[in-house]
Amino acid sequence: MSGLTWLEVVLRAVAVLAAFLVLPLLVGQTEHKVMAHMQGRLGPMYAGGFHGWAQLLADGIKFVQKEDVVPARADRSAFRLAPGVALVPYLVALAVIPLAPGVVGAKVDASALLVLAVIGVGIIGTLMAGWASANKYSLLGAMRAAAQLVSYELPMVLVVASVALAAGTLSLVGIAQAWTPWWLLWQLPGALVFFVAGLAELQRVPFDMPVADSEIVFGPYTEYTGLRFAFFLLAEYAGIVVMALLFAVLFLGGWAGPWAATVGWLWTLLKGLVLAVVVIWFRVSWPRLREDQLQRLAWVWLVPIALLQLAVTAVGVVMMR
Amino acid sequence: MTGNLDRPDPDDLERPVVDLSPPGGAPSKVKGGEPDGGRGGSGLSGILPGIVQGLATTARTMTRHTHTAEYPDVRPQLPPRSRGVIALLDENCTSCMLCARECPDWCIYIDSHKEELPPTTEGGRARQRNVLDRFAIDYSLCMYCGICVEVCPFDALFWSPEFEYAELDIHDLLHEKPRLSQWMATVPAPPALDPGSADPAEVTAAAKPARPARPVRGERAPGPGRPSRPPRADPQQTPPVPPADGDV
Repeated sequence: MSGLTWLEVVLRAVAVLAAFLVLPLLVGQTEHKVMAHMQGRLGPMYAGGFHGWAQLLADGIKFVQKEDVVPARADRSAFRLAPGVALVPYLVALAVIPLAPGVVGAKVDASALLVLAVIGVGIIGTLMAGWASANKYSLLGAMRAAAQLVSYELPMVLVVASVALAAGTLSLVGIAQAWTPWWLLWQLPGALVFFVAGLAELQRVPFDMPVADSEIVFGPYTEYTGLRFAFFLLAEYAGIVVMALLFAVLFLGGWAGPWAATVGWLWTLLKGLVLAVVVIWFRVSWPRLREDQLQRLAWVWLVPIALLQLAVTAVGVVMMR
Repeated sequence: MTGNLDRPDPDDLERPVVDLSPPGGAPSKVKGGEPDGGRGGSGLSGILPGIVQGLATTARTMTRHTHTAEYPDVRPQLPPRSRGVIALLDENCTSCMLCARECPDWCIYIDSHKEELPPTTEGGRARQRNVLDRFAIDYSLCMYCGICVEVCPFDALFWSPEFEYAELDIHDLLHEKPRLSQWMATVPAPPALDPGSADPAEVTAAAKPARPARPVRGERAPGPGRPSRPPRADPQQTPPVPPADGDV
């Protein structure tokens, strides 16, 4: 790291920021279109001319023009800070997720650990939003988000530990390099647990109780307007990007594939995109779980499976040594 | 209507029970009235949970054609007899006011005056006729019931499928005679009759052969309410009248 010049640092930061602004929009547009076609609709068709490709840009321009309302009884500073707290962790996470051995925003040795840590911080933004809004629905949503975080962070950390154990390193680059197709079977339960827990962390269907619109309006984001609301939405889609890329790197070998040396980064993005489409697919197909079902799934199924996966990985590592 | 609905119901309940009883186990589920549950009990879908069926459904839908109507770009396929707007054929209007009076929300405005027509023959009587000055329909009030179209005895009002006459101000929805007449061009020809249906009344009336003169029935006494018609001096009295005609 010390070998970097200032210029290189700035360039890398700009590149990460660009990816952070472009990839979530790409996922969002994919969601618009895939969801529409899964429901027998066309989705946006006008913005930008060709099949509504600029719909999310138009949405962004609209959000900028909206008034930024802070409720009178709200905790103003926490209310204003919350979208940033929700958004920035995903930016940090995106910076350390490698697309290929050389294509990474910042080289960190224990990047898997760092990613898990900052993703946990993102939920605090939701909590802050819910608490600061002075709205009962916001508070309920925030409490649900907190309960979800507590339940699903544990199996997620356990399965990442399992992968790290299998690879013998906490570096995401190292994990992806240690990956072999054999892992698809060996780490399959862990992969499933990671995917389910990731969905829950992102508060995506079927784990979107924190923003359950039919019950608590829009949960912690009820009182938000304009750009701050857009930031929360951006955080959600950035979260999908981060989770999908993380899954691709941890369980699908990241850049592993034909001509990995030259177009490896494309493989990582492609795998991530497929996973993002699966996330969207779930949203279209499934109803929302009930809050108690959510907790039951986490503690009765995911945590035991994750522990079992950890044990299987440990046995495997010892046997292969 | 209710009788028709009631009758098939027991049959529908009975038939599946009879059909499904050989495989076994199914009838009780069918009686429960949950078709998916009944299907889920047998075959692969019993092993695959419902969530996979949901995924399959959405994936299948994605591969099929969408239902979206791209309206401003693609004109909609309107059904025949669409009630878009009411068009006025003002030459046919006699200002009889029937439409205005039958209109449930009184959205038709008619002004007319009487005009004296000079007698066509020397020493004849001058005739009067109504001249339509104003005919307006307030489409902000109209509820598209079509009673005015039905009630018009002179075929002056027609349904047109035209529907693109939205306005920014509600007051602009009051359309006067010239505008209503413009819509006449969009009135479609009446739809073709269904095969095997009876001819319209006017066609049958025109196609009917001239009625033969009634035979004199001297032996039957004329009905009490029926004025007796004096027998016409007609040489064609011989053709026999069918008995049905005599009853009518």
